[in-house]
Amino acid sequence: MKLLTPGTVPEATAMLRDSGGRAKPIAGATDVFVHWPVRVPADDEIFIDLSGLAELRPHRWTDDELILGALTTYWDVITDPRAAEEFAILVQAARTVGSIQIQTRGTWAGNIANASPAADGVPALMARDAVVELTSAEGVEQVPLDAFYLGYKRFVMKPDQLITAIRLPRRPHHFESFIKVGTRRAQAITKVGVAIAHSDAGWRIVANSMAPTVRRCRALEEALDDQAPLRSPNDFTPLLTRDLAPIDDIRSTAAYRLGVLARVLYHELAPVCGSVGPSGAAS
Amino acid sequence: MASPRRSEGISKLTGRERYVDDLAIDGCWWGMTARSPAPRGRIREIRFGKGVDWSEFVVVDHRDIPGPNEVRLIELDQPVLAADRVRHVHEAVVLVAHPSREMCRRAIREIEIVVDREPPALDFRVTPSPDQIQYADDNVLKHLRIEKGDVERALAGAAHVVEEVYETGAQEHVYLETQGMLAWEDDGVVTVSGSMQCPYYVLNALIHALGRDEKQVRVVQTPTGGGFGGKEDYPSNIALHAALLALKAKHPVKIIYDRGEDLAATTKRHPSLVRHRTGVDSEGRLVAQDIEMILDGGAYVTLSPVVLSRGIIHAAGPYACDNVRIVGRAVMTNSVPFGAFRGFGAPQSLFACERQMDRVARAASLSPAEIRRRNLIRDGQTTSTSQRIDDGTDRLAVLDAALRRSDYDAKREAHRSFNASHPYLRRGMGLASFYHGAGFTGGGEVYLASTQHVAGLPDGRVEVRSASTEIGQGTRTIFATIAASRLGLDESDIVIAEPDTSRVPNSGPTVASRTAMVVGHLLELACDDLRRTLGLPKDAPGDAVRAAIIARLASHPSEELVGKARYKAPPGIQWDEQTYKGDAYGTFAWATYVAEVEVDLRMFETRVIAFDAVQEIGKVLNETLARGQIQGGVVQAIGWALTEDFVWKDGAMANAQLTNYIIPSACDVPPIGVEFLENPYPHGAMGAKGIGELPMDGPAPAICNAVADALGVEPTTIPLTPERLMDLMTEAGVA
Ligand SMILES: Cc1cc2nc3c(=O)[nH]c(=O)nc-3n(C[C@H](O)[C@H](O)[C@H](O)COP(=O)(O)OP(=O)(O)OC[C@H]3O[C@@H](n4cnc5c(N)ncnc54)[C@H](O)[C@@H]3O)c2cc1C
Repeated sequence: MKLLTPGTVPEATAMLRDSGGRAKPIAGATDVFVHWPVRVPADDEIFIDLSGLAELRPHRWTDDELILGALTTYWDVITDPRAAEEFAILVQAARTVGSIQIQTRGTWAGNIANASPAADGVPALMARDAVVELTSAEGVEQVPLDAFYLGYKRFVMKPDQLITAIRLPRRPHHFESFIKVGTRRAQAITKVGVAIAHSDAGWRIVANSMAPTVRRCRALEEALDDQAPLRSPNDFTPLLTRDLAPIDDIRSTAAYRLGVLARVLYHELAPVCGSVGPSGAAS
Repeated sequence: MASPRRSEGISKLTGRERYVDDLAIDGCWWGMTARSPAPRGRIREIRFGKGVDWSEFVVVDHRDIPGPNEVRLIELDQPVLAADRVRHVHEAVVLVAHPSREMCRRAIREIEIVVDREPPALDFRVTPSPDQIQYADDNVLKHLRIEKGDVERALAGAAHVVEEVYETGAQEHVYLETQGMLAWEDDGVVTVSGSMQCPYYVLNALIHALGRDEKQVRVVQTPTGGGFGGKEDYPSNIALHAALLALKAKHPVKIIYDRGEDLAATTKRHPSLVRHRTGVDSEGRLVAQDIEMILDGGAYVTLSPVVLSRGIIHAAGPYACDNVRIVGRAVMTNSVPFGAFRGFGAPQSLFACERQMDRVARAASLSPAEIRRRNLIRDGQTTSTSQRIDDGTDRLAVLDAALRRSDYDAKREAHRSFNASHPYLRRGMGLASFYHGAGFTGGGEVYLASTQHVAGLPDGRVEVRSASTEIGQGTRTIFATIAASRLGLDESDIVIAEPDTSRVPNSGPTVASRTAMVVGHLLELACDDLRRTLGLPKDAPGDAVRAAIIARLASHPSEELVGKARYKAPPGIQWDEQTYKGDAYGTFAWATYVAEVEVDLRMFETRVIAFDAVQEIGKVLNETLARGQIQGGVVQAIGWALTEDFVWKDGAMANAQLTNYIIPSACDVPPIGVEFLENPYPHGAMGAKGIGELPMDGPAPAICNAVADALGVEPTTIPLTPERLMDLMTEAGVA
């Protein structure tokens, strides 16, 4: 096993290029270490430790954006009072991640690049129209997060690219909420998750653990934008299945995932959204 | 009064305690295990890949076993290493040792065990087909039966008869320290040192399979990070594996399971199915209990017969009923073997019993509290085994204390209006009354004939020599309290010997809630014997004891000054193993637990929001430790009741990671109120009864009863995961 320790972003991207796509960046290592060394023989791996790239840690506020660095942790956002005010959904999602230990080490960028369909940071970022900045030795590229994933654990980022920032437009929101359903109240992998955001740009409904990738529920977003009546959880289901494809696995069942997502959305939206009538109460 | 501190507490708290994995031994090699990929079949071939240089390794298989290839326990059916056939996935087949742990991992990946598969029996609830039979002519490892009165006649005359089937799942112990053993040979003596509950079980297993006599083997318990029954029988297997590797490698060898291997390969709680047919009269008094209990025994006998025994003895609950029939059987399957786990069959049968009592209450139009009040056993009445209860304990006072503490009636009222108005939350209250027999079942303690020693030391202190181990529950602290109190000494005058079979006598296994009560009482008698040996009267004060020890050892420096005691059954105890009639246990602890739950109908999650545990346990020896036992047990039972679900594949655990096998986190645990009532038991140390297993029995039925109260559906299967509750409500048409 080889561990490389670059001091600057250009050094890091050069190392990525020179490894021919074999090197793996490490940020908080909370995902990387889970599989190492018992399940994956690590002898032949090359790791690039990003922790020396100090410029990637802080997050910044500009007039119209919040910009998270590639090493910004959940905890950095949780402890920023401005984030609680303007990006409450990020703070809410961050607090559901693992435990405080994980929140202080795990990064938003690592959550994106790990590409788990169960990732909790990604739905909140996607619901706030995040754009991912990818840097390689060749140059810089901006990719909207909702166009980042191609399929299970597959994405547009190339092996020689590094996430160097996550940009979030500052925009007033009428409503936002993140709901995580895990089997216990901490240290749980999400069985059903959803980020809900509503601004003048429209509704965003982003689900995790409901498809091979974290995914926007565009059919439901449109129905909400059009103020279509949604009077019971059952009214949500056909809209959800247009975008989502939950499965049976060792953590839950497809039926549970779909049924619960519909119920959660119904109860979340009932109080804030006129068209979701309380008449068909859900129990 | 403040409880005495645990002597090893600070080193555990600060991470300085040295567990077996922390012991650095010169020249030590690592051992690892290659396991069966199939639930059943004939081993055709073992292939050793080319990815490692095998000349660097020591490899052991069944041919390296000097004695019989048998793990000595109740029966001798389990091989130390599978020879020509395998009976479960993860069964140990080949062992490797190497100075590097990483190289061992690589070697294991290079070993392929090729099995010609045969049809496995995987569901203990269905009758096996002829080609699945592997034990006797029906795969039944043990049949047991309890009979009292005439059940059929009583059922025919009952005002109400309630029938239901209950099921409980497997459970993993999740001791913090995974299993591990270190073995070496020195001067012809094989020493095995590691994490365990029962040094003499390990010793006997080594003597048997290594074909050695007692003087050529020695077992030492290292500080053990939890056991819960999981380190009762399985450590014998690992000890044998480490010893075989050490003998062949001529190096010390350490085997430490990582969490994944531990979850996958070691024993679990027996899954169960319990059928009840209960008759009550028009007043709600029990007239008949007809009960059938089936346990999944797994691939080898291990402890299944005795787990079944405790299970059926507790199956009728702490109630008086003249007509009882309980039939039990443990069925062999090709699952990873099931073994001891806190409660030992009683949590399974009491789950069914206490859920059934609520259903009977509804049939008889009584409240859950009232049905229990009418039927709780009174002094002079008998249990299902016709054991006459006459201990003077006020069992109704236990029930009343629990109702009072939990504010049961007022809360039930409040929940009714809450439930009518909340869009998706529902609250409920549930209770369970139960009992737990301490010590070995029936004639077990007589059979064990445990012995216990105390020795005077030259400086006047006293050493407690016992094979009863500290596994986190506080044995060391309790023993110091008992010995100090008996001899009039200070706790700091008491030294607890390391459990080393070359130094301590066989005080029996550290199981069955027997350590404080049974062994603690032997410790008192050994202290009396020491006093007698010193020629002191029974009431001699501590100063006189200390002075006499110093004087004796000064004048006879080469002598051992030892007080001894051996178990004798308390007078009047009678047990008939053939008819399963008589005094099943010397005594019982009695309890009523109350759970308050909140169910979120958006995601069908059940959350325990308050919990109260009231029990009569003879005598509280150490308030902090006793409360810890109860609270810890309740937490463990909350996991079993709600989230600890097994995903089975080929009789093995498909979710063998702690990310996917979900034990409760601190956020999932409510405040747990604990109250003790005391009615000293004359044959327990200072009056104590056993309490270790008791708290595992009550929470699951109390929680499910509370869910029934909240939702009006009847959960019969645990764990009551959100997925299962959704299905239950959908079937009931109320989702
Ligand atoms: C106990 C525990 C609990 C957890 N709980 C949760 C939870 O509740 N919810 C949840 O979503 N996750 C959870 N996780 C997973 C993990 O903590 C998160 O996904 C975290 O955000 C990963 O960030 P990291 O910095 O540690 O990533 P790392 O482990 O360092 O990296 C993860 C992946 O991203 C790649 N990567 C990292 N940084 C970059 C970059 N700048 N550019 C390109 N690629 C990069 C790495 O190569 C690797 O493939 C948990 C993990 C553990 C161990």
